[in-house]
Amino acid sequence: MNTTTAELEKKARALRLDIIKMIGVGQKGHLGGSCSLAEIVAALYFYKMKHDPKNPQWEDRDRFLLSKGHAALIQYAALAECGYFPKAEIDKVKCLGAMLQGHPDMLTTPGIEANTGSLGQGLSLACGIAAGLKLDRKTSKVYCIVGDGEIAEGQIWEAAMTASYYKLDNLTAILDRNGLQATGTIVERYDTNPLVDKWKAFGWYVTEMDGHDLQEIIATLDQVDKIAGKPKMIIARTVKGKGIPFAENNVAFHNGKLTQEQYEEACADLA
Amino acid sequence: MRMQNPRQVYGETLLELGRKNRNIVVLEADLSKSTMTCLFEKEFPERFFEMGIGEANMTSFAGGLSLTGKIAFTNSFAVFASGRAYDQIRQGISIPKLNVKIVGSSAGLSDFGDGATHQSVEDVAIMRAIPNMTVLVPADGIETRKTTKIIAEYQGPVYMRINRNDLPDLFPEDQEFEIGKSYLIRKGKDVVVFANGIMVSKAVQAAERLEGEGISVRVVNVSSLKPTNEDDIKILASGVKGIVTAEEHSLIGGLASVITYILRGSGVRIISIGIEDEFGQSAHNYDDLLRDYKLTEENIIGSIKQLVR
Repeated sequence: MNTTTAELEKKARALRLDIIKMIGVGQKGHLGGSCSLAEIVAALYFYKMKHDPKNPQWEDRDRFLLSKGHAALIQYAALAECGYFPKAEIDKVKCLGAMLQGHPDMLTTPGIEANTGSLGQGLSLACGIAAGLKLDRKTSKVYCIVGDGEIAEGQIWEAAMTASYYKLDNLTAILDRNGLQATGTIVERYDTNPLVDKWKAFGWYVTEMDGHDLQEIIATLDQVDKIAGKPKMIIARTVKGKGIPFAENNVAFHNGKLTQEQYEEACADLA
Repeated sequence: MRMQNPRQVYGETLLELGRKNRNIVVLEADLSKSTMTCLFEKEFPERFFEMGIGEANMTSFAGGLSLTGKIAFTNSFAVFASGRAYDQIRQGISIPKLNVKIVGSSAGLSDFGDGATHQSVEDVAIMRAIPNMTVLVPADGIETRKTTKIIAEYQGPVYMRINRNDLPDLFPEDQEFEIGKSYLIRKGKDVVVFANGIMVSKAVQAAERLEGEGISVRVVNVSSLKPTNEDDIKILASGVKGIVTAEEHSLIGGLASVITYILRGSGVRIISIGIEDEFGQSAHNYDDLLRDYKLTEENIIGSIKQLVR
């Protein structure tokens, strides 16, 4: 892949603009946790992953699972940008009968690998996929994004044990450490720290990166490929609502509405 | 009459399936010697996943395996397979119709010694309530073997409930089964007993005893609790003075609910035998426990007599 970081930065910006368009005016939408992932998702879909939008079920593809399924908008933006479905679909997100549901649905949306949204389950699903690929001697990789609030779910730690027990080194988890959950900061509401020590103790290779620095993201994604025998955890330092100044680090935009003025301001910033 | 242990039969059938189809994978939550998946483990360690004592993760992990084309069987006691993994079954498996088979072993009161925590009185009800889920309760070893094969072929989520203890054979070896169908076990014209699981054999015994008293009892095995072919039930319920339903499960949400719903408006008298709205408890043997919960041949006989009086 020759995609440059400048091109990926442009993609991340375009994905954010699509998120704003999907949320629109006066309707609730998970803006914050979608925008915190824009660079990471851009790097995965436009740089790192083997995938074919014309053949979403290509058996040798890499898999992407959004365990924090409420950030579906960022994945929808990426899938539309890749051409998995017509861009017109993003105008209909969450409309009655729409392809793009409030949380990822593999039956309605090409490119979605699993149904996620009930938090804590996506990592187990990703482990199962990784184990299945290993049984079939496939070299495809599995990427799974988890939230820093989500890891309060006990099932995450069941999956963490399973991944290291079964040496699922074809699995890379990326933890979106934006520091906020629905009702406030992680530290004040339910502190899931320390992250590095916990994941290490569960047998994972752990590294950290700036989740908005594309050069660092690319380097980290490439670097973890060299680690064998263990699942990999990349803890990404991110800003919730990144790229939308009034929404950055603002818990009101976990699942909030935009006013007409805010919508126009965000669009103008990202245009 | 030959007795077979459904767990043993299930374990042997899984092994047989595993030999024919390399896509069969088996997941276990540290009960393999009880669910009898140990037979599969021994021959196919690579396709056997010990998931530790973690049913939630086991269930979602099975969903992941199914997404790579595997036919995944999850195993635990029925109460844990359905209850501890309810949300995982609902969200990640049933919404997208993944090809996962959830096998609830030691179901109903059949784990008699372990008491309320390990006995499942509501597993069928909660599994039936999930859209896209198929719910099956085989009545003997022969049906358990054939049903295990059928669900391996069927594409989509299935919950199968099996008993811990030996059950008498009710069906001929060559009996064919299909999802949705109910089976006439014994002909009769006065009363029909719709039963499933262990209660089918008790209904047959009741019918045999009543024959001597001049009461003709039809016995039907309703093993497919969802889907249930409504026409089968309506046809098999026709021409009788009354109906008895008998199940080793709560009267809420299981066989009684299925039959009374299908026959709503028919005006036929129905007496339902099952577990009242209560949990199980420990006992030194299965029969004592079944007797305490009135899941007996005698109760079926008494109910039939009420209907023909």
